[in-house]
Amino acid sequence: MQRLLISSGLILLLGWVAGAFLPRWLQFMFTMAMANGLVSLGIVLLMRGGVVAFGQGLMAALGGYAAALVFLHWGWQDALLLPLLGGLVACLLTAPFGPLLARYRGIFFSMLTLALSMVGYGILVKTDSVGGSDGFNMGRVTLLGQTLADQHVSMVLFSVTWMFAVVCSMLAKLYFSSTRGLVTQAIRDNELRVEYMGGSVANTMAINFSLAAFLGGMGGALAVMALGHIDPNFSYWTTSGEFVFVAILAGTQSVLAVMLSSLVLEMVRSFSSAYFPSTWQLALGLFLLLVIRFLPEGLGSLWTNRKSKP
Amino acid sequence: MDEQKVQAMSQAFLLQARGLNKQFGAVVAASDLNISIRAGERVSLIGSNGAGKTTFVNMITGYVKADSGDITFQGQAIQSFTPRQIMRLGVARSFQIPQLYPSLSVLDNMLVALACHDNRLSLWRTAHSSSAHERAEQVLSRFRLLDQRQRRVAELPGGMRKLLDIALAMTGEPKLLLLDEPTSGVAAEEKFPMMDTVMQALNDQPLTTLFVEHDMDIVSRYCDRVIAFYSGRVIADDVPSVALAQPDVRRYVTGETHA
Repeated sequence: MQRLLISSGLILLLGWVAGAFLPRWLQFMFTMAMANGLVSLGIVLLMRGGVVAFGQGLMAALGGYAAALVFLHWGWQDALLLPLLGGLVACLLTAPFGPLLARYRGIFFSMLTLALSMVGYGILVKTDSVGGSDGFNMGRVTLLGQTLADQHVSMVLFSVTWMFAVVCSMLAKLYFSSTRGLVTQAIRDNELRVEYMGGSVANTMAINFSLAAFLGGMGGALAVMALGHIDPNFSYWTTSGEFVFVAILAGTQSVLAVMLSSLVLEMVRSFSSAYFPSTWQLALGLFLLLVIRFLPEGLGSLWTNRKSKP
Repeated sequence: MDEQKVQAMSQAFLLQARGLNKQFGAVVAASDLNISIRAGERVSLIGSNGAGKTTFVNMITGYVKADSGDITFQGQAIQSFTPRQIMRLGVARSFQIPQLYPSLSVLDNMLVALACHDNRLSLWRTAHSSSAHERAEQVLSRFRLLDQRQRRVAELPGGMRKLLDIALAMTGEPKLLLLDEPTSGVAAEEKFPMMDTVMQALNDQPLTTLFVEHDMDIVSRYCDRVIAFYSGRVIADDVPSVALAQPDVRRYVTGETHA
């Protein structure tokens, strides 16, 4: 635990120092990668229990809309508060579905989450008070009551997102090695046995769903803060597909791999868009095929498998 | 018999099944089963394939619900309970095909069992605490699996998987242990050493054991009562030497039709 705290603190500091030397476009890319990485971390959390959420975009949308609406209507503009609020709103709004979804496995779970996200998309598109299909803009956030100057905005948003990413990654790592985290892995292998040992599979799956929603909402709020705009596409199935892409690329063994994979996606997207704009998804697909072929357990297996060998 | 007498009787037995019936389509798996087990007994359930032994075990552990009849454990009716609720009362089981977590190590399998049994699943408390390791290793050592603790279960040979399956059931220190064919799939020369290990491990705590078994040598050696099943009915219930000598048992179970 102490080691984890120290290493997380060091990574946090290192990121902040390194971030100060990055050009703005790279700071933005990192900010988006970490924000989206948090959303995908939620999927990885569920994948450890043997299910994949195809509708994680809904969580990002709920968190993003909550942050943007509170910013506009209630005047809550703090960069530290909005992501927490986004996470909480996504968690609370989707919590009633947790016990229902916890009863389904495999493609049924995936399709139900996808259906939920598309229902959310439909509602958002048809709701004019939140901008309909165009969405709406969100202004510049503040930090601890301080207005941010133009030249500092990018660095502050990077620093805040980096902090949330590191803290959530640390907490996720803690969770993965907790009793419930270990039981989650056991559920993926054999849920009948977990029930026969006295563990509640349904409770664990519902809790994981809520935790994934919290991470998704937080990531969505951070992304909206960086983009300054929210629209229903956050909840569209192709957006969810990108989050699943990152989760598959990362595998379920390493939290660090999730953030790295998210960064890889952002880089592939940025450079492919620049050099072959109409076919960047092709490059992405080929990249995923190569990873599945040569690293079926994801990028994380590059170092976790080596570490676990005697 | 009045209600008070029935209750007093069911409290005298650890487990009691009364008038259990179960059918799967046209197949009768349990037909008016009346079985009572006292604390501390080692009972073997024998019978040919499809005789209803595993169905009986599945009904006790809540995996299969009886069509009618009552099951009481320590005087408490459990026929409507879930497997989890029944386990919490002190009933544990192993399976004919070991039910393990193949992608985890042997030690992690034990830690999952301990975490579930303690019913203290936490979001932050580590599963790998020194006290949990110590408890897990104690059980593994009783089943002679301590050397294998870091191996992934998927890499273990069949006999060791069987032992681990039973070890998992034992982590909760149950009052009643049900073993479903503990030696099936184990090489002939390994059966007795394996059963010796199991019985030695079980001796360390007060326990009532029910095991489904096909090998009559194992039955004669390790149990003090035999219940023989045929077509969902009990055809014999006695000490091994008497039960195994009964004509119906020889005809329908051991296959000695001309003896």
